[in-house]
Amino acid sequence: MIQRIRTTPPRYWLVLVVVLFFIGLPTVIDSFQSGEWAQALVLAIAIMGLNILVGYSGQISLGHGAFMAIGAYTSAILAHRYKMDYLATIPIAGLLTGILGFLFGVPALRLSALYLALATFALAVVTPSLIKRPAELTGGVQGIVLLPPVPPTFASDTFSALTGTALTSDQWTYYVTLAWTLVLFWLAWNLVRHRAGRAMRAIRDGEVAAAASGVNIAGYKTLAFGISALYAGIAGSLFGLAVGFVSPDTFPVALSIQLLVGAVVGGLASIPGPIIGAIFAYFLPIESNQWVPTQTWIPGSIASTIEKAGPAVTYGAVLILTMIFAPNGVVGLVLTGYSRLRGRLRGVPDRESGQMPPDPHTV
Amino acid sequence: MQEFLQLVVSGIATGGIFASLALALVLIYNAMGLVNFAQGEMAMFATFVAFTLIAHGMNYWLAFVITLVVAFAGGIAIERVVIRPIERAPILTLVIVTLGLATLINGLAGSIFGYVPRAFPSPFSVQTVNILGALASFQDLGVIAVSAVVLLAIYLLLQHTTVGLTMRAAAHHAEASRLLGVRVSWMLALGWGLASAVGSVSGIMVAPIILLEPNMMQTIIIYAFAAAVLGGIESPLGAVVGGVIVGVTVNLAGVYLPFVGGDLQLAVALAIIVAVLVLKPNGLFGRPTVRRV
Repeated sequence: MIQRIRTTPPRYWLVLVVVLFFIGLPTVIDSFQSGEWAQALVLAIAIMGLNILVGYSGQISLGHGAFMAIGAYTSAILAHRYKMDYLATIPIAGLLTGILGFLFGVPALRLSALYLALATFALAVVTPSLIKRPAELTGGVQGIVLLPPVPPTFASDTFSALTGTALTSDQWTYYVTLAWTLVLFWLAWNLVRHRAGRAMRAIRDGEVAAAASGVNIAGYKTLAFGISALYAGIAGSLFGLAVGFVSPDTFPVALSIQLLVGAVVGGLASIPGPIIGAIFAYFLPIESNQWVPTQTWIPGSIASTIEKAGPAVTYGAVLILTMIFAPNGVVGLVLTGYSRLRGRLRGVPDRESGQMPPDPHTV
Repeated sequence: MQEFLQLVVSGIATGGIFASLALALVLIYNAMGLVNFAQGEMAMFATFVAFTLIAHGMNYWLAFVITLVVAFAGGIAIERVVIRPIERAPILTLVIVTLGLATLINGLAGSIFGYVPRAFPSPFSVQTVNILGALASFQDLGVIAVSAVVLLAIYLLLQHTTVGLTMRAAAHHAEASRLLGVRVSWMLALGWGLASAVGSVSGIMVAPIILLEPNMMQTIIIYAFAAAVLGGIESPLGAVVGGVIVGVTVNLAGVYLPFVGGDLQLAVALAIIVAVLVLKPNGLFGRPTVRRV
């Protein structure tokens, strides 16, 4: 047992620390902030889905906000009109969106990356007006207002026993979202390290070579689309839970852009990337609105410009700068930094230049 | 019948606007195999420049020409600063960067000019003239004329000048052109400049119709995508024909298809994009591509 603990790779410890951090988070922040963090985790799930598609299978979607909308409306309609328990609708929403994504992946097979980007972008722009049309089903422009979830007794009892305060519905939403996040990230981790993940990466890095090695190109590409949409659908459903209502304007093009920002900033083709990216993409607009005006050293004109421009300028600049200077995102930067540092410390030759580091004694 | 003809004429006018923007997309696609998602936002920004000039009392057509020059310079500057460092990057990177550019320009325009929709002046009167039984407004005819002049100018530039020949050569075969002394990278910049100028024409023409505000091109760019895809994304002629077809189709569908109406016209554009990509990916005028494995 001790031997096993000692030989556990450091990344497992890191995972444990991160999970404990997220479980304990609502006990140190207030209920409103828990609601915010729940939305950040929702983004993380959707970004993970996008990451499976873009980072691992090399396809592109600029319309994942539309898949989130499908998931959210599925849950909202089932809960509102058919009085189902909202939590029970989440897997249904995920499966339905996944099937739709799988079907969408079939025509997408014939498209080059560029055309796929075009078509999905158009989908994202059109979705809000498509949702408004069947007004009696979707509630039209007003959308559907959802009841705040009531925490079950076992959860509120445990929570109040541990912290001494009652479990609010925001905190309960946070824990539901966290549970889904953990399950879906665990699934994604397993997916990308096994057969399907290897096949997807082979397709991404060289379609012809992958086909020659016997990888079913069409199958894995549509599978990636389906899984990716499933993640987006579950995220959309949880989004409705966290926000408390769904309306066509909850899912604008900006949401799809926000997902892309998160995926790119965190680091494509990485598992921790989507969490970092989601926290960045979610809190950047909130913090920049609250933090910038309080800073006296920033000239007033610049501060007011930033405030008026909203997150768009920062998002745009971050997207461009990340793609130019750090195409692998934060995770890529950390990994290269770590391996360089380790190389220096252990005297391993530099992998890129092949040079030995300077010997500390001779200098 | 008269209503039908009128819808066709105004459809051709909006089609001309889509065609200018689609042509801008085609110019950049031909130069570097990339669809510029920021094309619409660049046009929107140029339109704000024109608006500011006119608001300061400048003559409309003088402001028009100056805006085109500013847009041209802006396009070159963007290519040099943003696109140059990643010229050889994978297509995914380029697409994400142009999306970032679109978001950035949109936000900048919002912070500089605000989000209040403004009425943009038009040099053409809204009076109508009777052509073959259809009442066409001078506004529509003027838009058609301006678009036609711009498209013709681009055609002449590409097909009948040395610069145009060099640009086409650089796009067609970069290595060989470089060996013959063509500065391929600057030809890319020139392509961006031209595209930016052509695109800004569509912004200036559409602004009097839909009011000027930072998000005004968000729907127009989708129609332009549809036009470019329908025409075959590498064909300038296709962009023009595609633009007119999309303009007329959308106009007619909005009136004659009851389930489309005014608010789902954009969905028609999406349907056109998907249908073309699935049924005939090379569009009307595109050449089928053969890929060496």
